Amino acid sequence: MSAVIEGHHDDHHHGPAKGITRWLYTTNHKDIGSLYLWFSFIMLFIGGAMAMVIRAELFEPGSQIVSPEFYNQMVTNHGLIMVFGVIMPAFVGLANWLIPMQIGAPDMALPRLNNLSFWILPAAFGVLLATFFMEGGAPNFGWTFYAPLSTEYAPPTVTYFIFAVHIMGASSIMGSINVITTILNMRAPGMTLMKMPLFVWSWLITAYLLIAVMPVLAGAVTMMLMDIHFGTSFFKAGGGGDPVLFQHIFWFFGHPEVYIMILPAFGIVSHIIETFSRKPIFGYDSMVYAIASIALLSFVVWAHHMFTVGMPIAGELFFMYSTMLIAIPTGVKVFNWLSTMFKGSLTFETPMLFAIAFVALFTIGGLSGLMLAIAPADFQYHDTYFVVAHFHYVLVPGALFSIIAAVYYWLPKWTGYMYDEFMGKTHFWLSFVSVNLTFFPMHFVGLAGMPRRIPDYAMQFADYNMIVSVGAFLFGLSQLLFLYVVLKAIFYGKKATGQVWEGAQGLEWTLDSPPAYHTFETPPNLEAGEAKG
Amino acid sequence: MSSDSSYYVPESSKLPIFMAFGLLLFVLGAGSTINDLGKESSNSYILLMTSFAVIWGVMFVWFSNVINENNKGMYSDQLNQSFVWGMAWFIFSEVMFFFAFFLALGYVRMFSVPWLGGEGEKAITNILWPAFEATWPVMVTPDNETFPGAEKNMNMPGITKLHTWLPFWNTLCLVTSSGTIALAEAALKKGKRAAFKSWMVVTISLGFIFVFLQGLEYYEAYAHMGLTLGAGIYGTTFFLLTGFHGFHVCLGAIILTIMTIRGFGGAFSEHDHFGLAAGSWYWHFVDVVWILLVLVVYVF
Repeated sequence: MSAVIEGHHDDHHHGPAKGITRWLYTTNHKDIGSLYLWFSFIMLFIGGAMAMVIRAELFEPGSQIVSPEFYNQMVTNHGLIMVFGVIMPAFVGLANWLIPMQIGAPDMALPRLNNLSFWILPAAFGVLLATFFMEGGAPNFGWTFYAPLSTEYAPPTVTYFIFAVHIMGASSIMGSINVITTILNMRAPGMTLMKMPLFVWSWLITAYLLIAVMPVLAGAVTMMLMDIHFGTSFFKAGGGGDPVLFQHIFWFFGHPEVYIMILPAFGIVSHIIETFSRKPIFGYDSMVYAIASIALLSFVVWAHHMFTVGMPIAGELFFMYSTMLIAIPTGVKVFNWLSTMFKGSLTFETPMLFAIAFVALFTIGGLSGLMLAIAPADFQYHDTYFVVAHFHYVLVPGALFSIIAAVYYWLPKWTGYMYDEFMGKTHFWLSFVSVNLTFFPMHFVGLAGMPRRIPDYAMQFADYNMIVSVGAFLFGLSQLLFLYVVLKAIFYGKKATGQVWEGAQGLEWTLDSPPAYHTFETPPNLEAGEAKG
Repeated sequence: MSSDSSYYVPESSKLPIFMAFGLLLFVLGAGSTINDLGKESSNSYILLMTSFAVIWGVMFVWFSNVINENNKGMYSDQLNQSFVWGMAWFIFSEVMFFFAFFLALGYVRMFSVPWLGGEGEKAITNILWPAFEATWPVMVTPDNETFPGAEKNMNMPGITKLHTWLPFWNTLCLVTSSGTIALAEAALKKGKRAAFKSWMVVTISLGFIFVFLQGLEYYEAYAHMGLTLGAGIYGTTFFLLTGFHGFHVCLGAIILTIMTIRGFGGAFSEHDHFGLAAGSWYWHFVDVVWILLVLVVYVF
């Protein structure tokens, strides 16, 4: 094992290249992981700025700041950027950094492909953002881009949007092929599948989902392209097609996509909770089976997004019950996390605070999901702020909190420096309070009938919306504090030890902090007890 | 660290960033070219062509590098296994791409068209187009002025007229070629290089005959049958399914042609011929898709 590294290697074969070319030409999983994470961080602020515009407009009823057309562009691009530009790249970045170190591999299986997967993203999002300055403005049909809004009534920039989605999908597919191949082929001797860290398990299944559904999304946008420019009638009833077909195809992609954005979070939270409870995770096997069941079920629940569009009653019932089934494996996971903490020697460092908040708040999002799964009730909730509250609870204090927790947890490992614990906790409490201030009242206005995606609203929703906007501004500002904490750790942090956290288990903690540029060039032998898995 | 078991990690590479640049040009080029369709003067196709040049150029250099690295013995068995997994999962992603189009066809045939025809007293659609009758293939579309239906369809004629039906010959070509490539691989594994080369030539010839016949079929459809992309949902699903399949056959045939040229140049050994094996898997994949496609697009 090559663990004696000071970080200043001039040896060509072991240290990073100097200057910008290091990042352009790199094949190193750690470099590429950092690129993904920083890209995601930048996009978080761009997508966040759009959310701030939305909340500023909704601060009061009436139309004040932006035109309805621009508001639609903000809503659409906020969604697209947060889903495809923030959550997904952040998870891929974590996968890049962690999977090789957690399974004892020298790098990702296909390093050049890995770099390509990353550099496609700035190209795709560069084009997407450039559409704001083109004729007709940016895409304005919502992140779900339902036909015919995205076909017959779309701005001309939809063509660029379609091709940007194509290469984004290519990036995801290549990245996932890399992850799966790495996990299946590069594990250290002795690390059997059922000994893999849960983050690795969660990514194995996530990558499978990505390869299964990103091509379906590519198919959907290709059909849009054909309908718009080449006279076909996939989504035109006049020709015998059906606009509802678009929704079926989109959500066949879209529902597994939702789990793509949460499964890696399950892995992260499992690691953090076991570390700060100083106990191994409760029910490891059931955790693995739960992730796998959630993934398989995700293929047969898609039409619960479409209860109101017209479906045979048998369809409504099937999708209602299959959706409710998902609560079972998810419940297994939540109870396993609680059981892990039960009678543990708990300490509450920043990553643990975010992880516990994840368990509590993600569960709220999961329970509102169960409410939405009830078809007759969904007729009432559909396209209201209740839905907005639901998916923001699973995505912001869910997926995003898990990413933030992961950054706090592994930052000392990556950089070799500790973050400022006081500032971290301040960031947590500000985020925790403001995220609830932002999204909890949305349940109430939603149940009372406030529709989503509309720049104006009835007077009776004014007070709650003002609270929501204040919460959102506070949440936005809190993330600037996060940036500050990260930068402060990198430039002025205290040296971290290799172990970093007292209770942390796993191969990555056997390495130095920061780890050498190339680690595990000779795989550790787990059977010989060289390292604990 | 250069023991036999070490995993080759390239130090750095300029290829990915050039490829990403090529893809950026492709998005801009394809977007602007398609948006400019029908405009008098537009030179955005130059951007699109440039992007193709960059992408194909990078791919050429990239594959050459991989081949050279392999020939230098830099690849361990473990790394070769990574290529196997990579190709397998890539083919799975292609399967799912076709799945989207099969799903569209299935939904349209099972739900959209019958509902448009008023099945189950879904009154709203019947009010919009009361005259529409649900049949498959849809020869008269609900809004037949905007989407004039085809005059003839591509369905299988009676068994006695099978020889006049192009898809029959196409199926024959593709299924046979799946067999001949298996023979080529088997010959290579036994070290019979002459037989290997001949079977490869037979395989790619059959592949290109398929592409030619498919082109002929499209010509017939447009020239004599009124079956176009704009002919409503039947033309839509027919052309998109057969078109994407044909595109993949072209890709497969190009891959196999390159493999054949490399084979003539002395590449591939009895135990080390992953490029050929991967191409052959791809070829079997397009064959399987074709069989499904014949069943749901042409026969039933």
